Amino acid sequence: MTDAAWESLSNQAVAACGLVYFLALLAHLVEWAALRKVPVAAGSASVDSRDVPGGIAVATGPDDPGVDEPTARRTAMFGRLGYLLTCIAVAVQLVALVARGMAADPNRVPWGNMYEFTLTGTFVVAFLYVVLYRRLNLAWMAPVVLTFVLAVLMVAVTWLYAPVAPLTEALSSYWLVIHVVSAIIATGAFTLGGITSALYLVKARRPDTTTGYVARLPQPEVLDRVSYRLHAFGFPVWTFAVLITGPIWAHQAWSSYWNWDPKEVWAFITWVVYAAYLHARTTAGWKGRNAAILALVGTATLWFNFIGINYFSTTSQHSYAGGAPALVTAEAPGAGGVSSAGR
Amino acid sequence: MSTPPEVEKARDDQPSAFSTRPADDDRRAGELTFRELLRWTWRQVTSMRTALVLLLLLALAAIPGSIIPQEGVDSLKTSNWQSDHPKLTPVYEKLGLFSVYDSPWFSAIYLLLMLSLVGCILPRTYHYWRGLRAQPPAAPRNLGRLPDHASYPTSEPPEVVLERARAVLRGHRYRLRAAREGDAAVSAERGYLREVGNLVFHLSVLVVLVGFALGGLFGYKGGVILLVGDDYGFSNNLTQYDDFDPGSLFRADKMEPFSFTIDDFSVDWLLTGPRAGMARGFESRLSYQESPDAPEKSYDLKVNHPLSIGDTDVFLIGHGYAPVITITDGQGNTSGGPTVFLPVNQSFQSIGVVKAPDAQPTQIGLEGEFYPTVAFSKQTGSYYSLLGKPLDPMISMLVYTGDLGMDSGAPQSVYALDKTHTTMLTKPNGAPYRIDLRPGESVKLPNGLGTVSFDGLQEWNKIQISQTPGKWIALVGVVLALIGLLGSLFIRPRRVWVRVREDGDGTLVEVAALDRSGGGDTAAVVDEVVAALQDRREDRS
Ligand code: HEM
Repeated sequence: MTDAAWESLSNQAVAACGLVYFLALLAHLVEWAALRKVPVAAGSASVDSRDVPGGIAVATGPDDPGVDEPTARRTAMFGRLGYLLTCIAVAVQLVALVARGMAADPNRVPWGNMYEFTLTGTFVVAFLYVVLYRRLNLAWMAPVVLTFVLAVLMVAVTWLYAPVAPLTEALSSYWLVIHVVSAIIATGAFTLGGITSALYLVKARRPDTTTGYVARLPQPEVLDRVSYRLHAFGFPVWTFAVLITGPIWAHQAWSSYWNWDPKEVWAFITWVVYAAYLHARTTAGWKGRNAAILALVGTATLWFNFIGINYFSTTSQHSYAGGAPALVTAEAPGAGGVSSAGR
Repeated sequence: MSTPPEVEKARDDQPSAFSTRPADDDRRAGELTFRELLRWTWRQVTSMRTALVLLLLLALAAIPGSIIPQEGVDSLKTSNWQSDHPKLTPVYEKLGLFSVYDSPWFSAIYLLLMLSLVGCILPRTYHYWRGLRAQPPAAPRNLGRLPDHASYPTSEPPEVVLERARAVLRGHRYRLRAAREGDAAVSAERGYLREVGNLVFHLSVLVVLVGFALGGLFGYKGGVILLVGDDYGFSNNLTQYDDFDPGSLFRADKMEPFSFTIDDFSVDWLLTGPRAGMARGFESRLSYQESPDAPEKSYDLKVNHPLSIGDTDVFLIGHGYAPVITITDGQGNTSGGPTVFLPVNQSFQSIGVVKAPDAQPTQIGLEGEFYPTVAFSKQTGSYYSLLGKPLDPMISMLVYTGDLGMDSGAPQSVYALDKTHTTMLTKPNGAPYRIDLRPGESVKLPNGLGTVSFDGLQEWNKIQISQTPGKWIALVGVVLALIGLLGSLFIRPRRVWVRVREDGDGTLVEVAALDRSGGGDTAAVVDEVVAALQDRREDRS
């Protein structure tokens, strides 16, 4: 296949996976809509002190006295359909990513610019969701994750799209591969954790609601634990990305392992906020609500760093945001800095 | 959901490996004597809550440095910003906002955090050693009150069940409470290493900081523009650097005595595709000696492939062109040579000046632009560069005569002309007199000033050299921190109790588990233990 063919394959696959995500979202909406008016049987999920798996009617099925047999079967079917469609969409998105890498000459990893980062980021969010679906009983998360992935994909396609181009040289290093893979995996886990923390806050405010989406969320303790697990997974990976491979790569490319470059500063801020989240969970008075708020602050700094800093800061050396490659600049009067070309 | 008191008791009562966190003290300071006040302050500084607040403060304090240009990161940008904001600048300077990361208030936060850390870690380590030798605590009176528990009846005699429980738990690598005659319960605990992980992690944070500080205090970073070719070389001492940024405890005698020349430099230009005009690869062939009497070696210096000599690393971070320009003055004396021009954009349009302070009858200064592949834009009426690759190079310069101001003794940039006492050469019609030259061409200046010739093109590299002592300490520190963190997050500290009780027609076996990290799935642990206890019975029957 020619590079151009790969590129158009990638574009088509992005469109296709967007469509399939949308269908999956519809399926889940049907699933939840059927249960909208049905009250959650008193205490169906709140009394059990054991690990409440999922804790929603879809999982409880016919046992739930509030739901009649056909409704239960229908919702379960749509739930499964939604999950299946999500799996397909994730696979198609993987094709889009691989094709994107194949379209470049020489072939490369698909993260040379913001469009590709965002494509990869949403892929990892969806992928982790699909993988952890059973382990952590994430059925309740479906509508939120899908909405998130779709919205971000849309932003990527509309505003961030850039044609395939080779990597600038500073970016072609195997440390880049390790660094970016781990940063993106952590971003995916933190994003799912952030979603869970947000739902925790909603649920904790109205734990006694009996109808609607909120009623069918797992109990706050379960949400809190799922959120902790996602963060506990993400934090070491983030540490590895930001404080080990990042500095090693920076040292090789820019001659100093820590430059206080805005990207680095914000990665550090994110790290510190998540460290604070982990502390908060074990500090009396900060458990629960405050910890969840900290997790959301963490998500905000994470995504601000991922996208926002490229537009607000003019001194970042992370040149994929559109700045000139570092090699053009000579630090001397009159020579444009990295930033003057990136502005 | 409130925790039953038994659970709280099981969790917090025993001086075990897990309860090493200092207790929160919430008495108010006014009610205390001086000694107590000191103790109270120490308690506050080392409390979890303080650590949390300090962490958040650290995050907040790091923000300004990402918004306001930092002297240590981009000094040019900082000085530009400062001249754009004359009112704010003095205020910001007072607050240290141009070098946030070594400002007193930023340092204060992390030093406090470190103090808190030490104060937190030392007692924990002490408690931990004591806890290591402690036995798992005895079973709480009522296992049924723990959140995760199960029970089943069996016909086996109690001793058999207990014996099996010991075997099963030992098989799962639990530590058991020493059995005593008449015990009706087994107590088991595992996950002791979690605390070690936590301690290692926190201590490693200190190690990283030490490594980082060593680099900042004793290291340096400097840059030099060096022409490509055997005729030019660099040897590592202060006088050879164009810019030099030492740490506050840097000592010049610690500089490694190496030297090198750039024998060859090549660029792999992209000529097609969306990034046409960009360079894909750069490579410099160095010949270097680690010390004056060491053998000469060679190294291919590339982006992402620095040359390391001891603690010092040599990087290729930029390149550009140095047109060879010769000025022959009115009396036939020549001056000039390869002159470094600085690139201003991606197609390497470059600016530079040539000075001939000794020229007769008057000093001559040339200022102009260099285009590696020249093109003319009708729109702007000026030349520009199509490409960084020198396919059709040209220089275009203006001529200044008069006093270049080089005798005053004040240092002058080699990239700018002091034009205060000069006049620009003009054509009879008043338009600027411009010399446009391609390699090999020369032009005779009017008024008997002399000639200017463009004899050829050379290249230069911008080399950055940095010495970062302590970088290995920092690296080892973070790696240890990561390992500790993994232990701390994923080793689950658990206690399991199995109790047997004779009732009417057999034995009732109760199993309960407790996870002290708050993230564990103890229900599954109980199920697992129960299954293991029952499985064997079925095997035998
Ligand atoms: C440089 C600052 C610090 C950082 C980056 C940091 C980071 C962390 C992280 C990521 C954890 C989670 C690992 C775990 O759950 O075991 C943790 C736990 C912990 N930290 Fe820190 N910490 C810092 C300072 C402190 C200080 C000053 C204290 C003492 C007041 C402290 C006490 C603790 C304790 C007791 C835990 C264990 C919580 C538990 O029981 O699970 N930390 N810390």
